[in-house]
Amino acid sequence: MEALTWAEILSRMFYQLTPVWIGMIALFSISIYYKRNLGLYGKLFDSKIGMIGFAIVMFWVFVGFFAGALDMISTHDPLSQVSGMKNKVPGTPFRGAEEGDYAFYLLGGDHLARDVFSRVMDGASIIIVIAPLATLFAFMVGITLGLPAGYFGGKLDTLLSFIANLILAFPVILLFYLLVTPEIRMTGLPQYMAIFLFSFPILFFAVLINTRYYIEPQKRNILMFIVVGLLSYLYLSLINEPGTKVTVFNAIDGFDVPGGLLTVFVSVVFVNSPTVFRIVRGLTLDIKTRDYVSAAQTRGEGAWYIMLWEILPNARGPLIVDFCLRIGYTTILLGTLGFFGLGLDPESPNWGATINEGRKLLSIYPHPALPPAFALLSLVLGLNLLADGLREESLKD
Amino acid sequence: MGQFILRRVGLMLITSICLTFVVFFLTNLFPNLEKLAKTQGNFRMSEAEVTSFLEDRGYLQPLPIKYAQWLGVLPGYVIEGKDGTVRGKCIKPGMLQEDAARFCGVLQGDWGYSTVFKDDIGKLVLIRLSLTGKLMFWVMLLMIPSALIIGILAGMREGSSTDRTLSTISIATTATPEYVSGVIFIAVFSSTAFGLKWFKGTAAKAMEDANFENFFLPVLTIALYGMGYIARMTRASMAEVMTAQYIRTARLKGVSFTNIVMKHALRNALIAPFTVIMLQFPWLLNGVVIVETLFNYKGFGWVLVQAAGNNDIELLLAVSAVSVVVVLLTQLISDIGYVYLNPRISVT
Repeated sequence: MEALTWAEILSRMFYQLTPVWIGMIALFSISIYYKRNLGLYGKLFDSKIGMIGFAIVMFWVFVGFFAGALDMISTHDPLSQVSGMKNKVPGTPFRGAEEGDYAFYLLGGDHLARDVFSRVMDGASIIIVIAPLATLFAFMVGITLGLPAGYFGGKLDTLLSFIANLILAFPVILLFYLLVTPEIRMTGLPQYMAIFLFSFPILFFAVLINTRYYIEPQKRNILMFIVVGLLSYLYLSLINEPGTKVTVFNAIDGFDVPGGLLTVFVSVVFVNSPTVFRIVRGLTLDIKTRDYVSAAQTRGEGAWYIMLWEILPNARGPLIVDFCLRIGYTTILLGTLGFFGLGLDPESPNWGATINEGRKLLSIYPHPALPPAFALLSLVLGLNLLADGLREESLKD
Repeated sequence: MGQFILRRVGLMLITSICLTFVVFFLTNLFPNLEKLAKTQGNFRMSEAEVTSFLEDRGYLQPLPIKYAQWLGVLPGYVIEGKDGTVRGKCIKPGMLQEDAARFCGVLQGDWGYSTVFKDDIGKLVLIRLSLTGKLMFWVMLLMIPSALIIGILAGMREGSSTDRTLSTISIATTATPEYVSGVIFIAVFSSTAFGLKWFKGTAAKAMEDANFENFFLPVLTIALYGMGYIARMTRASMAEVMTAQYIRTARLKGVSFTNIVMKHALRNALIAPFTVIMLQFPWLLNGVVIVETLFNYKGFGWVLVQAAGNNDIELLLAVSAVSVVVVLLTQLISDIGYVYLNPRISVT
């Protein structure tokens, strides 16, 4: 069989991505049709830059969803090695293809003869789950600590700010090298950090519900039971891992997170939260001088009610923008980890690790390293453009 | 002002002590020590052998004592091993026990001995730092002027098509981490597949003899990532200045646009970027580690990777102490510079 030309490769990739195109067309037509009723999200479709950014981000979200959850886009198994396909250029026919096998390596094979196209597509599913989730946790930690630091000030603020600056003064890569090694994992340290860091969402939601409904104890108790119960279950399943230092809750352990993944997750949250803390603290300092805060204080509202229901909603604009930017930064951090071969299983198709493996033969065979590099670049670029569009639109009113 | 600097230096010292202690704690966890013993001795050591290896070399003393010895506030250990040889922190190879100093820590200027490079750490770090200094110098020389020019051009007419184009370019560069741009540059400009071969894909030779061909790509790679951010800050501050009253007055008086930008706006617009440039140092340090690994340039970042990968405790401590001090110093300089540039702000 003949090797494919570039036009054929592109058209075949386009065809392979059909579910993504359908998903995106559906999403965009619905969103643009109803954009007047969708608040800030709808306004996004008025800004060209924001729309382009959103399109790029959604492209990768759909790719991650269809490739990871439904196993649709990839042409081959991202882990299987096929003899004779090592370092083959894009468009090489699949050697010994049988009935049901896809007949080509669309973007060539890497140095272990795996299909680059499938690895990049499956890599998206890892990034689009971990990066937003880790950013969300970092925001929970940053908000829960930043609000009181800014609102109460004093010794608490001094202490928390000192700790935040301490973590920020650390070179990120050094921190990763110290935290994300198999030896450290053996000591259980990442799990202890997880116990500490992942308790913040529970705390946050418990306080959130309590401050809102404390005058209606019955409603509060029911809500509290459901939300905190569910979160605690997830929390315990997350931190507990048979065969490691934390095994107390084996009986109710719902799912297992591979040790490497948990460590990566914890360190990314740990690195991101001080910056979020500083942003939230700065916003709180600014907003607490406003009249509506004084009004709430005069009304006799509690401190936490004011923080969570008066200050936080009014700080949402900058926080949403920063959230988008920070997902991009987290993606870069995850790639950095992969690039240094830390954390995630090097076999797994995450983009950083794929770039790292591809760079060794870069001057002879650049094709395995370039697709994941462009994938990562476009996702982060999309998030940045999206943040820019959101900022522009939220400043308008 | 003097008091402010004094207070900041004090804070800096406390921060460095806290951070080096954290590094000390993490590197001295038992699994790490075990790995160290096995790479130093041999991989088939039994548990008892590992313990005695570590005990003989003072690794199993209590953590605060070890840390104090490293700092140089407690006398270095002298331990007679089970094999009969006497080892001490201050007894260098080929030195008699009697000649050794009692204290040998950082305060005495002794940073210890690297187990990976088999060399004195103070000397080693200094050589590597000078190599990284060379890299940083060229990065700064490329990054700052181009970032400022892009930012000023974009900010002087906000909303124009020049502004849109340049802003998008700066967003694109901030979205490109070094390991992505570096890989793309190497693939395009130095691989046989693309056939351009304008530059060298490795900067190993640039350590002694740096020229445009082997040094430009690493410099460009680091500069590009920081450039976008500085350019955006410059643009924002320039755009703000251009809407100020005194600029309008100058315009109404009929001063030419070039003169307004060069003489009236620029000085005020450059205050914010100065701070940002100083605060970029910690980020650049990250870039340095990645780029030095990618281009095989054996500077400070490369040493960091080697030290961390092999759990070379004292080298890691020295590396983290140096980088923390660099980060905090740049913060201090940016604060002081800010006060000097902007008389409206005072530190007291």
